[in-house]
Order: sequence, then C-alpha cells, then structure tokens
Amino acid sequence: MNVKNIVDTLGLQIFSGEQGLDREITGGYTSDLLSDVMGHADARQIWITLQTHKNIMAIASLKELAAIILVKGYTPEQDTATQSNAENIPILGTTDEAFAISGKLYKLLEDAKL
Amino acid sequence: MQFQENCTSYWRMQNYKADLHIHTVLSPCGDLDMSPGRIVEEAKKKKIQILGITDHNTTRQCKVVKQMAAEENIFVMCGAEITTREEAHCLAFFENDEKLEVFQTYLDAHLPDIKNNPSYFGYQVAVDQNEEIIFQEERLLISALDQGINEIEKQVHALGGIFIPAHVDKPKFSLMSQLGFIPTDLQYDALELSKFTSKEVFLLQNKYLGNPAIIRNSDAHVPHLIGDAFTIFQLAELSFAELLKALHNKEGREIVAI
Repeated sequence: MNVKNIVDTLGLQIFSGEQGLDREITGGYTSDLLSDVMGHADARQIWITLQTHKNIMAIASLKELAAIILVKGYTPEQDTATQSNAENIPILGTTDEAFAISGKLYKLLEDAKL
Repeated sequence: MQFQENCTSYWRMQNYKADLHIHTVLSPCGDLDMSPGRIVEEAKKKKIQILGITDHNTTRQCKVVKQMAAEENIFVMCGAEITTREEAHCLAFFENDEKLEVFQTYLDAHLPDIKNNPSYFGYQVAVDQNEEIIFQEERLLISALDQGINEIEKQVHALGGIFIPAHVDKPKFSLMSQLGFIPTDLQYDALELSKFTSKEVFLLQNKYLGNPAIIRNSDAHVPHLIGDAFTIFQLAELSFAELLKALHNKEGREIVAI
C-alpha cells in the first residue's frame, strides 16, 4: 500500500510533497512529541500529529517516514511545506482527531494483510 | 579616548549572581508562599542580585516584586514563561513597563479561554506588598498559547525583548522534547539548562548548536529553591541592556559561570 492509496481511501487533503505519493507504507505512528517520534518511529511509517513546525520535516526525513498526516484541520507552516516539497515526503491533512484517523489507518493496514 | 572609555568600563565590571526563572503565587503551580515579599527575602538571603520573574503566560505579578526588590538593591527582570503552541516553555524579558504591557496584551489575546479549576491546578492570584489579593486570573495559565514558537520569538524580539528557550534539556515541556531538536533557524538570546545536566555534556550531545550562550536558573516554585541554580554575569551595572550584552558576550560583558 502506498501513500496515494491511503489518501484516496481515507479522503485526505494533500498539502505538499506530491512527488512522494508513491512511497510505500508499512505502518503508522501517532505522537506529538517529536523527541518520541525521533526515538521510536520506524522507516516507511505514516506519522499522525498536530505539530506543524518545520522540525516535523527534519524528523520525517531522518526517520525515512512515508508521509505525515496533520489532524483536526491543522495546516503546515509555509517553510514546513517547502521542506516537504524538497524532500518529497507528503504532508496530508484531515479534519479527524488523532484517535479517529489512527483507527481508520490501522484498520486499513490490517485489512490489507488479509 | 575610545580605549580609555573601554578601560574605565572594564575596570567597573562586577560579577552579579542571577536567578532568572522564578514563579510567583500567580502561577497555578507556584506555592502560595511565593509572595513578592517572601521572594525578595529569600533572594536577599541567597545573595541574588538579579531576579527574573517568569510566571506561566502572565506578567501581572512582576511589578510588585520589582518595586519591593529595589528597596533591597535587587534588580528584577520582568517577563514570563510562555507555553508555545508546541508546548515548549520559553522565557521572555522586557526592558520596561510599556513593553511588558504590550506583551501582556499579546498573551491575553493568544491564551485560550479555558477556565482554571483551583482545586486541580492551584490558585492564580496576584498580591500587593501587603499580600492582599489584587487580581485573580480566571483563565488557566498553564494552557498553551495558540502561537508557534517562531511567531512568539518574533513578537518578543520586535519589542526588543530577550528570548530564552527554558530548560531545553528536560524531557517535558522543552524545545528538545516537543520539537526533537533545537530549530537551527530559531533566534534565541540564550538557552537555559536545568540543573540536571552540565553545559559541557549538553553541548557535546548537541554539537550542531555550536557555542550558544547558556544560562541556568532554579525554576523555583517554592521559596527554599530560589537560587538552587543560578548564573553569574559580569556586567558594568545592573540593567536590562547590560544583561542583553552579556548574553551576546559583547564589550566585556559575559556569562562567567553557571
């Protein structure tokens, strides 16, 4: 499953990093503490957060994450989006809260294993 | 002439003991004993010459402390400990009452309207010299502002203020915990460390920072912890401008020890 499949299935908005929509996804990680994400997220995961600061792109790049989903209608700051385009790591958006979008993504990934 | 002036100024330099991160009774988590009078008394006992008053997201107790401290020749830097939208704590200080007032307006505009529940979080009251309550803040002061750290930094500096990310080494409410690392484009005047790490260890672990100004303060919420950590500054006199110079290692003003 790639980022594009998830965007289409869950009806996510694409803010930036469209060149990276073909990135493969193997799981997800939900956290707003960037130090926690840096320590515990794995490559090819999709990261669910409400943080919009440019540092989220540095973490995503460092950890080779597949994409970031911003919750509750948050939008990326301008320099965050610019970095996303440069790194080809998409930033996506939903109006869902983290709990709801995490549940939907979990179900989607589990169902794909069947 | 220039040389002579510099010489005179060096000759007048003195070391001053500072604790720039102190909460008063107005902070919900600040002990009710943290009245202006008690803070000044404790600072005098600990031979602190510069106090920073930094309540959570408010500046409204500072002026009374400043007035009372002046009687003991203790200099007070008025400011606040701001919770950014990322929930990173940052200290800000302003040179005079007018600038402090403008910043208070900014805080009022950006603090969410969530009511304090004193039985959970503690009372949020400001008091006068006689410890009579003069103000009660209804909104919960430990909420995060709706402004990101870069926006807040710009606002502080637009007012000529000093901007210092607080206890950056701590695993909660710090720039490091919330944003993973210190953003390389953030314009800070210094970084504050907690007493749990040394400057040497911290900079070794974070080589990308180069050689920033590092200070250390108590973050005291109770009287006996005032001065528990402190910074020694070399200054020509006690003023906001001198302290700002010391943070930037200018004209012989400097941080001597933490």
